[in-house]
Amino acid sequence: MAKCPECDADVKVGVDAVKGEIVACPDCGAELEVTETRPLALALAPEAEEDWGE
Amino acid sequence: MSSPTVGVLLSRVRVEEKLLLEELESRHVPAKVLDDREIVFELERKPDIGVDVVLERCIQHSRALYALWIFGIWGIPTVNSFEVADICGNKLLTTMRLIRDGVPSPRTRVAFTPESALVAAEELGYPVVMKPLVGSWGRLISKVNDREAAEAILEHKDVLGTYMHSIYYVQEYIAKPGRDIRAFVVGDETIAAIYRYSDHWITNTARGGKATKCVVTPELNELCVRAARAVGGGVVAIDVLEGAEGLLVNEVNYTMEFRNSIDTTGVNIPAKMVDYVLSVASVAAR
Repeated sequence: MAKCPECDADVKVGVDAVKGEIVACPDCGAELEVTETRPLALALAPEAEEDWGE
Repeated sequence: MSSPTVGVLLSRVRVEEKLLLEELESRHVPAKVLDDREIVFELERKPDIGVDVVLERCIQHSRALYALWIFGIWGIPTVNSFEVADICGNKLLTTMRLIRDGVPSPRTRVAFTPESALVAAEELGYPVVMKPLVGSWGRLISKVNDREAAEAILEHKDVLGTYMHSIYYVQEYIAKPGRDIRAFVVGDETIAAIYRYSDHWITNTARGGKATKCVVTPELNELCVRAARAVGGGVVAIDVLEGAEGLLVNEVNYTMEFRNSIDTTGVNIPAKMVDYVLSVASVAAR
């Protein structure tokens, strides 16, 4: 478990979480990136840029 | 023969990338994550990055494009190829390929000034759709209902800043039956398709469109495979509109998102993609 950097809520991720995975904060809905798994660390995922997409 | 090592070039591990990595792991295929935020290409020499094939899953078109170009120069096979990314990442290039190969698509005009774009819109007849050449998820796509709206949109595009907004791509508006079709092509087969329903004219599931299964008819399969071949082939997702005169290919996506389509279609899309990636590696190794 780690804190949401946006709203400070407790965020849990699955045991199979991997570095770089995107999760949503259950409280504020912010998109978070798993930056470390042991110990778990979360950062705000980058905002979409112009050339993002499929 | 031992299994090839698959490099997965990515920016973020979204649902799709996780499913692909899990699929590789379940088959005991060695996989190496290549994070596009960390990778440094030393252009003077081909490094030993320890991969036999690269599956490109970047979220950023520009990163995907240049990475694929470099891998291609180095002789490392990629899915998709630079050519496919280059064509699909640009709506003008895609449309020209579709026209070249006789794949039905909405009538399109390209102009370089707001004045000539207005002429194009008038000639097509309102409503028209204006799209940035590069972009996805339905962003900055405008349905323009009349001349006054066209003038406003063109003025806004003129001041948006980047030069790409000054290449005006104007397309006829296709009145859809509240849905469009997203079809997934892997190699020479349309493996699955969904309808994307929305009350809004933009039906992207990234924009809230709801997905249901669409049966892949021989007609749909043939159209989509032709569209895929037109852009260079590989693993692509085709957006198809149901026009009054028949099916029209609207766009082709080269780093396809499929999270909403596996349960909906019952097709294991990541497994099909991994099959294809391994086949590309196998051909390259011969």
